[in-house]
Parts: sequence; C-alpha cells; structure tokens
Amino acid sequence: MTDPVVVSDLRKVFKVPVRDAGVRASMRSLVKREHRDVVAVDDISFRLRPGEIVGFLGPNGAGKTTTIKMLSGLLHADGGDARVLGHQPWLRSKDLLSRIALVMGQRNNLQWDLPAADSFELNRAVYQIPDADFRRRKDTYAELLDVAALVNKPVRNLSLGERMKMEIVGALLHGPEVLFLDEPTIGLDVTMQKRLRQFILDYNRTDGATVLLTSHYMADVVALAQRVIVIHHGAILYDGALAGLADRFAATKTIRVTAPDLPADVSGLGTLVERTPDKLILEVERSRVAEVTSRLLSVSTVSDLSIDDPPIDDVIDRVFTAEDAP
Amino acid sequence: MSISAMRDYYVAASRIGFQRDIQYRGATFINILGFMIEPAIYLVVWRTVAIEQGGSVGGYSVDDFTAYYIVWTLVRVMNLAHAPYAWEWRIRGGRLNEMLSIPVQPFHRDFAYFIGSKFVWILMWIPVAIVLTLTFQPRLDPQPAHVAGFLVAIWTGFAVRFLLLYLMGMVTFWTTRGQAIFDLIVAGELLLSGRLVPLSLMPGWVQSVSNWLPFQWSFQFPIEVAIGRLSNIEILQGLGMQMLWIAGMGLAFARVWPRALRNYTAVGG
Repeated sequence: MTDPVVVSDLRKVFKVPVRDAGVRASMRSLVKREHRDVVAVDDISFRLRPGEIVGFLGPNGAGKTTTIKMLSGLLHADGGDARVLGHQPWLRSKDLLSRIALVMGQRNNLQWDLPAADSFELNRAVYQIPDADFRRRKDTYAELLDVAALVNKPVRNLSLGERMKMEIVGALLHGPEVLFLDEPTIGLDVTMQKRLRQFILDYNRTDGATVLLTSHYMADVVALAQRVIVIHHGAILYDGALAGLADRFAATKTIRVTAPDLPADVSGLGTLVERTPDKLILEVERSRVAEVTSRLLSVSTVSDLSIDDPPIDDVIDRVFTAEDAP
Repeated sequence: MSISAMRDYYVAASRIGFQRDIQYRGATFINILGFMIEPAIYLVVWRTVAIEQGGSVGGYSVDDFTAYYIVWTLVRVMNLAHAPYAWEWRIRGGRLNEMLSIPVQPFHRDFAYFIGSKFVWILMWIPVAIVLTLTFQPRLDPQPAHVAGFLVAIWTGFAVRFLLLYLMGMVTFWTTRGQAIFDLIVAGELLLSGRLVPLSLMPGWVQSVSNWLPFQWSFQFPIEVAIGRLSNIEILQGLGMQMLWIAGMGLAFARVWPRALRNYTAVGG
C-alpha cells in the first residue's frame, strides 16, 4: 500500500508588500511598490503512512496551516511536490477532494441559520454518499458525539462545543481517507476536548483514516499521535516518535526522591527545583541521571524515586525558544 | 460529476438557498420594497414626460412605460446576482477556504443558492406587484409565445448577469478589493441595459455600444418580451444572444478561474 501523503521539498513563498508608516510612505508606494518574500514553508519533506495519526507541531506562523492548506488543495506550492492519495493536491481533482476532509477549528462549514441536518443533506449531495451509508454515518457519529438530539436545531443556537461536534460529523459523512485537522479542539472545554479526541481516535481505528493534526493543546497530540513532526520557521526540526522528542530536545530529566534522610547539600547533583524535609525534586542533565540516582540511593533511605522527562509542553517550548535565540 | 449527481446537488443547494432566505423573509421583503423605489421614480418621470409629449416618447406610450417598469420590478428581482465585492469578503476573511475544500466548483454552489433564493424573492415580490398593478393599471396583453419566451428569458437573463458579475468578481483575486469594479458595472448597466430607460430612447451611439455588451440581455430583453414589443423571430434571436453571452462568459470563467486560484493566498484561517 502506498503512503497516502508524500511531501517532497515542499515550498511556499508569500510576496508581502512592504511600506513604512506615514503619508509620505503611502505616496511613495503609489509610484514604487516594494515587496519582500516571506518563506512560509521551506523545502519540507515527510510521509504519512496509512492509518497513522501524526501531530504537526509548531508555534504560530511556523508554517503548519500553510502546509495543510497546500495538502488539502487550497494553496499552490511554489516548489517541490506533494501527493495526497496519489494526487497533486493543488490540481484539485474531484477524486482527491472527495476522499479527504479539512476541519479548521475556527471555521464554520455548516449553514449558520439552518439546522445541521440541512448541511448534512447538502454534504450527501456534494459527495454523492449512498443513502444507507449517509444515514448510518450520520446517526452513528451524532450518537457517539452526543449531538443526535441537536441536529434539527439551527446551528446559530448551538454552543461552540456542540457546533464543533457537528462540524466533525459533517466532515466525516463521506468517510474521508485522509483527515486534516487544524486546531479541532480550540476554544472547547476539557470534557468536550476529551470527547472529540476519543471520537477521532475511534474514527481512525474503525475506518483506518490517516490523520494530520495540528493543535496548540499538547493533550490532543499526546492522546492521539504516536508520531510528531515539529516545524519552525517553515523547516522541519523533528520527525519521529512523540516519546523521542524529549530525548532529542530536553537536556535534562526530573528526579523526584522521597526519603527521611536526604543529603543537606545537593548542589553538585543538579538544579534544585523543590525541597521539603523529606522530598527533593532535581533537574539533572540526562548524561548524569544514572550517576545522581545511584548517589542518592547510596546516601539516603529512599522510599520513593521517579525519573521523568519534562512535560511535553516544556520540551516544545524549549525547542522553539532555543531556535528563536540569537 | 455526472449530470444526475449535478442535478442532485443543484436541488439540495437551491433548497438551502430557499431555506436561508425564508428565514429572513422580513428582511427580504424590505429589500424588495427598497428595490421598488428606483423603478417607481422612473415610472413616474417617464409617464409624465410621455403625457407632456402628447402621449408617447420614442415609441413608448404611457401604458407601455407603465407595463415596462412594472415588469422591470420582476426582472430586477430575477437578475439579482452574486456581487463582485462579495469576493472581497470571501478572500480577505478566508471564507473561500470552506468552499474550496469540497469537490464542487464554488460557481455551482452560488448559482444554485441564488436559484433557491429566487423563489423566496418572487413570493415576496407578488404583493408589491399587486399594489403597483392596482395603482398604475398597466396594459399587458401578452401572447402565449411572449409568456413562454419571458419565462425562459428571465432565467437566462439571470444567468447572463450572474456570469458577468461572477467574472468581474475574479478581479478581486488580484486586487483584493471589488467594490470599485461593481460600481463601474452598475454605472454601465444603468445606461446600457434599459434599466434607467428603454434603449430606444437613448442616442444612437449608446444603442450601438449596448449591442456589443451583455447588459441589455439581462434587463431590457426580458422586459420587452413580456410587454409584447418583440416578434417571435426577435424573441428567438434574443434568446440566442443570451445563450451566446452565457457560453462566452462561461468559457472565459473556465479560463480565468485556475489562474485566479493560483493567486489565492488562503488567508484568514
């Protein structure tokens, strides 16, 4: 089976008008318009395997959404190549657009003034979904997301969470093989986020869909993605297992020790994060974890000890901060 | 998309257009009342001019003017189309992204929505037409050929104007602002379509220019068919001209659209 998404040296450059503030600059721009090129996506390459859920991470302006827009056929690439289900996406073949779905958390694809059921019916006609499949999916997804009782209520009267669930139901009615999710849980409360994540996971498992997910909520990524691609300034910094991200970018690990006789001086062991009479939290360089652990075990009567990677949010934050440092 | 799939889509999308406008029927009715001010002014002015000129101007009697401007109201309702500046909102606000992410050309979506809306607008127009008819007592005595021709011509006239405005809207992909283009078109249309005044009352050179432009085929032609000023041959010729404009602008749109999309930056979400 070929990979559903193959990206090779993909590039996108936006031409942005440049002008100083003020009337004089405005007048000058009448005669001479200046532009500068902003490289939004800088020769990136990756592949998504069938049925994989991949987290696409990066700060605002990193190039995530631009990449997703190119892969879903909204934007033309300026260089390189991409194939989604064998199609170059910006050629916008009907076959491709019928087999993918793009869900953007801040956007509304449903008819605002009408019940979601009417938008679903329109989607049935758009994708020519057989009646039986349409009814089965609509009922199943609405049931799973707990919105079955709301499909006949005008969309404008739904809460943000209910609307987002309806968006997801509508986006999946045609059974897309590749799903691009751009911040699908943005603005939702924790319960709604969890419900949506579980639903996406279920859809991925039952339908074998390939999912590329961007989210600023690391909980989404941790819950859904086994693999992450980290992009910054349009270039890929990391492509691999989520678990490997800390190994690659976190220079330290956190050691938590509980013991009644902890050493008084721990300055040579690592950076002290927290200390109580019987508890110690240290941040220790990865290369010294074994040595520090063994020293602590040898000088104290340890009742509990744990060694953890820093929280994934912190790792990501360090990656971007380090990259931005002069 | 096969023909049956396209028919299925058009039915579903035009239902959406109908339902959407019926939700706001009050606003639609007020809009129609607003639209009626323009022909009411023309009607009063030209009836007065005709009376002062001894009963007719440029071949139009008082009764002809009355019939012309009352049919005008229906034609105006029918040829309402997607304004170029709406593209500005779509492009700047990123609304086009949603339309582009489905396997149906946005043109079909908009066209189908407008078709659905027309039925609401016609429903709202009926009471206005009754009031105008009772007030001005137009003399309309159309033959079956005129009725049949009119029923076709108002829909094809709508298609002509829809395509023209849609094509003009494409400029927004390069300029991002479309209001100026719309203003230009409306000014041209006012003079060269029969909207302001029947073209036979215009100077010869204006009539010559209008023959090379699509405006009259979405305004004056359907009106003249309805009020019985055209022979059967002229009706067929006019329908042929409408078809030619539809084909020409349709081809032009097919050529421009891929280039416009290449220019699309998908901003705003």
